[in-house]
Amino acid sequence: MRQTGPYNEKVMDHFRNPRNAGELENPNGIGTAGNPVCGDIMEISIRIEDEVIKDVRFRTFGCGAAIATSSMVTELVKNKTIDEALAVSNRAVAEALGGLPPVKMHCSVLAEEALRSAIDDFRRRQGNS
Amino acid sequence: MNMKPIYLDHAATTPTAPEVVQAMLPYLEGTYGNASSLHSFGREAKAAVETARGRIASFMHARPEEIVFTSGGTESDNFIIKGIALSRKDRGNHIITSSIEHHAVLETCDFLRKQGFSVSFLPVDSNGLVNPDDVKKAMTNKTILITVMHGNNEIGTIEPIAEIGSIAREHGVAFHTDAVQTFGHVPIDVDELKVDCLSASAHKLHGPKGVGLAYIRAGTKITPLLHGGDQEKRRRASTLNVPGIVGFGRAVDLAGTEMHTESSRQSALRDRLMEGLLAEINDTRINGHPIRRLPNNANLSFAFVEGEGLLLSLDMEGIAVSTGSACTSSSLEPSHVLSAIGVPVELAHGSLRFTLGRDTTREDIERVLRVMPGIVHRLRAMSPLARKGAVS
Repeated sequence: MRQTGPYNEKVMDHFRNPRNAGELENPNGIGTAGNPVCGDIMEISIRIEDEVIKDVRFRTFGCGAAIATSSMVTELVKNKTIDEALAVSNRAVAEALGGLPPVKMHCSVLAEEALRSAIDDFRRRQGNS
Repeated sequence: MNMKPIYLDHAATTPTAPEVVQAMLPYLEGTYGNASSLHSFGREAKAAVETARGRIASFMHARPEEIVFTSGGTESDNFIIKGIALSRKDRGNHIITSSIEHHAVLETCDFLRKQGFSVSFLPVDSNGLVNPDDVKKAMTNKTILITVMHGNNEIGTIEPIAEIGSIAREHGVAFHTDAVQTFGHVPIDVDELKVDCLSASAHKLHGPKGVGLAYIRAGTKITPLLHGGDQEKRRRASTLNVPGIVGFGRAVDLAGTEMHTESSRQSALRDRLMEGLLAEINDTRINGHPIRRLPNNANLSFAFVEGEGLLLSLDMEGIAVSTGSACTSSSLEPSHVLSAIGVPVELAHGSLRFTLGRDTTREDIERVLRVMPGIVHRLRAMSPLARKGAVS
């Protein structure tokens, strides 16, 4: 795959044209991972209906890989059941992007964590309602 | 993307000047002699080296025999710091440096620390200046070397070298400055600066890569880094890089002619760039000293976004800059320089360095000013840190 800087074309495509960027109007789960001190923070908001992720958005402060992995994880889990979404690993996100430079693998870990955190938040809210 | 590429990373390296390439070509082709050989081939190469050495020495108000050619800035820093430390180890083991040095200095000092030397890393103020009083206070009867950079490679701050040099002289301590970013860009006079040793590199002033110099004041004892030959008066063994040295000499000639006009031209463009970015983009700050700075350096932090995203977006527009953060390396730590001047960590992550050169035009700067607000806006719209409504 063609490289632009440290990234392949697929990563750059997700950086240039991120899927599902922004905030959901009416989410029922929000999760974050990372912190600004480390230079990466990801926030994923989800709308789950009947155990299916009907809609998902992300907002990310971070490098190109952080934005691309956020974009890819939202694409991988949209319209998936909660169980299917939880089965999406950080490696799966990185593989779907055609690979990441080793120093950027932590971005895919953050994407997985932010997604799990959003699902946890959804479950917590369900438990309380 | 058919737009003319805009290179604003001259602090990383500069395009080799065509005049430099022309000067080097004969020494890559026909004139291939080893400058140490006694025959005519060697003498011809040696003459070219000595001509370059003379021009470079006079450019910095040094004597030719005080110049040792090296492979570049990193080697010069290593040679001088290790060489002075080793040659004076019987007198003391203490080194004073600043916390914003290039890694070639910081890591060399760290290496020496592991070998039993002790090192004081002086703080800097919010503009990046070392306070000469701090140097005085750090001095002990074991101090053998002070090394403080001339111009900072990230934020462009120019340090009070002559003041520090006076302190070093009063105490009889060797004084080195890493002048890699200033050499060829601001006037350098080793006597006015009161330095005993200085590092410079050719490729930062439109010369070739792989050649630099160590200035060693006459009478300063130094242990070589490279052993195995008589070159450079036994201070650096290795066959001389004749084409590189000739190119370095030509680059210094050009700098001598153009430096004054270029530095005022570039600093005017640099000011236009900094003021334009500050005016067009909210939540932006300038890093480095407002006045005492390299003529070609602009360093800014853009809140709520991360530098690599900015860099990649500019790269897509054909504009080459550098991040102030270390995010492109394996470390997640932001720049040690921005940390030292007190830039909050999350802001430091959103820093860019623009460094201009003799090829930079007014139109280049205007194009950066046209595209930059949209790039910051797009990334801020995606950032969870941006306050609602604060996106410019």
